[in-house]
Amino acid sequence: MRTMQVILHELAGLFIDDGSLAVALLVWCAIVGGAVVIAPRLPATVSGPALALGCVAILWANVGRAAKLRAAGR
Amino acid sequence: MNWLQLGPAATVAFLGAFLASFVEFVEAATIVLAVGTVRGWRSALSGTALALAVLCALVLVLGPALTQVPERALQLAVGLLLLLFGMRWLRKAILRGAGILALHDEDAIFRSETANLRLARATARWGVDPIATVTAFKSVLLEGVEVAFIVIAVAAGGAGLLPAAASGAAVAGVLVVALAIMVHRPLARVPENTLKFAVGVLISAFGVFWTGEGLGIAWPGQDLSLLALIVVMLAAGLAGVRIAGAVAARATVRVEAR
Repeated sequence: MRTMQVILHELAGLFIDDGSLAVALLVWCAIVGGAVVIAPRLPATVSGPALALGCVAILWANVGRAAKLRAAGR
Repeated sequence: MNWLQLGPAATVAFLGAFLASFVEFVEAATIVLAVGTVRGWRSALSGTALALAVLCALVLVLGPALTQVPERALQLAVGLLLLLFGMRWLRKAILRGAGILALHDEDAIFRSETANLRLARATARWGVDPIATVTAFKSVLLEGVEVAFIVIAVAAGGAGLLPAAASGAAVAGVLVVALAIMVHRPLARVPENTLKFAVGVLISAFGVFWTGEGLGIAWPGQDLSLLALIVVMLAAGLAGVRIAGAVAARATVRVEAR
């Protein structure tokens, strides 16, 4: 039973390390998905790069925050 | 449709599965080597064989079930999982690259695992040591589930990608087993953070691509945009290392000035 719990915990850990990064990415994907549904004429040259660059911005903000917290905690 | 016709997507699927699986196999091999060295190879290999049997059963049960899911829903679900998975690796590799997190050390893991295994007391039954068998089983099962997920997720994004992804994982598995047999100690010289950085870049690019497809975005240039996404993620990762390093340096100066 304990082995199963460890396995399930490790499986969740595959996708979620810092919860705020996972939540921010999912929210951004939902926003872009909503925009694609609401404005179907939105060109892919806008929605595609917006999806990718939004994810990059979220990653940068997250590593910046993590770096600040770790440095302050030393 | 053959591999050549699939072009960039198949190549990225092969590379992504190969690199990610290589890292996972190295982690599993470290534990199996520790178990085998301290408590005997019979128990280490029994645990490994048992985990491989469970993994095969999981893939045989779950694999066909995935074909019942509508393609776009599958692309969206797989895309989101790959995005979370890839970004998690990329984040960790960036923080390690910037010197904020400690590097993964297979030698240290091997030493700590062998020390724990030496302390554990258990009686062998039928020539098999239960603690050693469970330790090897757990490690191979966990890392194996990760490999299975990577192969299924990368392949589920498009028709015909399974052979490329499965080949990538198989080549990585054979390579790690061969290296482990040859050197008979943990593969500590593998540049794990560089590999994790590369995997993070590839898997994140795949994740953005399949998420976009699942959301109904028709990528300009279709599969070729995957290559552009890889370049974007690589540049983002490299810039991320600089950002994290600069932020940490500024924060340290502020803390020291207080």
